[in-house]
Amino acid sequence: MAESTNVLTHKRWSPYAVGAGIGVLSWITFLTMDKALGTSSSFVHAVGLATWFGAPGVVSGEGANAYLAKEISAKTPMFDWQVFLVIGVAIGAFVSSRLSGDAVKECVPGLWSWRFGPNKAVRYVGAFVAGLVMMFGARLAGGCTSGHGISGGLQLAVSSWVFFLCTFAAGVVTAFALFGIKGRAHVLD
Amino acid sequence: MSWIDSPANIVGGLLAGVVFGFLLQKGQVTKYRVIVGQFLFTDNTVLKIMLSAIVVGSVGVYGMLGLGLIEHLHIKAATLAANALGGLIFGVGMSSLGYCPGTGVGAIAEGSRHAAWGGLGMLFGAAAYTFAYPAISGILEVADYGKVSLADVTGVSPWVWVAFFAVVSGAVFALIHKIEAKKAPA
Repeated sequence: MAESTNVLTHKRWSPYAVGAGIGVLSWITFLTMDKALGTSSSFVHAVGLATWFGAPGVVSGEGANAYLAKEISAKTPMFDWQVFLVIGVAIGAFVSSRLSGDAVKECVPGLWSWRFGPNKAVRYVGAFVAGLVMMFGARLAGGCTSGHGISGGLQLAVSSWVFFLCTFAAGVVTAFALFGIKGRAHVLD
Repeated sequence: MSWIDSPANIVGGLLAGVVFGFLLQKGQVTKYRVIVGQFLFTDNTVLKIMLSAIVVGSVGVYGMLGLGLIEHLHIKAATLAANALGGLIFGVGMSSLGYCPGTGVGAIAEGSRHAAWGGLGMLFGAAAYTFAYPAISGILEVADYGKVSLADVTGVSPWVWVAFFAVVSGAVFALIHKIEAKKAPA
């Protein structure tokens, strides 16, 4: 059967087309909204929101936490542009995966299972700790793959290229430390 | 403290996010095996997407700046010790998780269960940094060069750097294709 001519239902687009699309999307956000794409600040906003319910004085005011004051009360609204962007990312990925039948209820990836076994709890704890470490690093560096890697990279920011190179180097070392050379044969398990 | 952004920013942010999430999913970077495959060099999708986005984005953004269509950039401060240490920590986490923050959100929407645990971890990571900040913010003052670009610190036109990254990206793509062609002979 011939593949559908409707590209929206295709599972995979050319990575070059996707990259170019993200580049053009950056033009549009700069031009129309004076914004650069980014993701990880929104997780600080989520922390701020949760904190506000328990202790509003920690989010803004005299005795506020210095980071929440800097990132939220002194800078942008609690529900700011980027928070809506992150909500949009979830919607866009959801729609794309449903249109192409590419929604996967993955619990333990094959490569992980080959190395650490199929136990779900082990992977979930691993993913939790990895997510925690990753976001701590993002906040320390001042951005993540989107804010530093793509937006900062395309603006030729010194900070972002330092981040990009350090992230890539640490990612490669970590992947080989976890899975070894032999793991390369099991990425698609 | 204000609670909510302007209606234009709400709609604009949401629309930009939908397009961004759609593209990330179509690019397959919402998959664990694609992210970890990049760090093991069995799948070069991440490099192809990121370098294409950077090259295309830099031409447009510096072009619009030159034409006066946009007034300023949004460069993050080069607090080099924090950028480098944060980048190293981020890389360890990203490689272990198999997602980054944006693609992780996309993966959760796609249905990945372990990505959701990663997302919960990310919230705790943001909280950990928030409450550690008063004690560790001194590191942000180490090697702080301000919001500078590569063009600023080298004293050349940004277009030299735009051209440099275009050439480097082209060379990386050519190398990747050479390796991929050798691996899968037609």
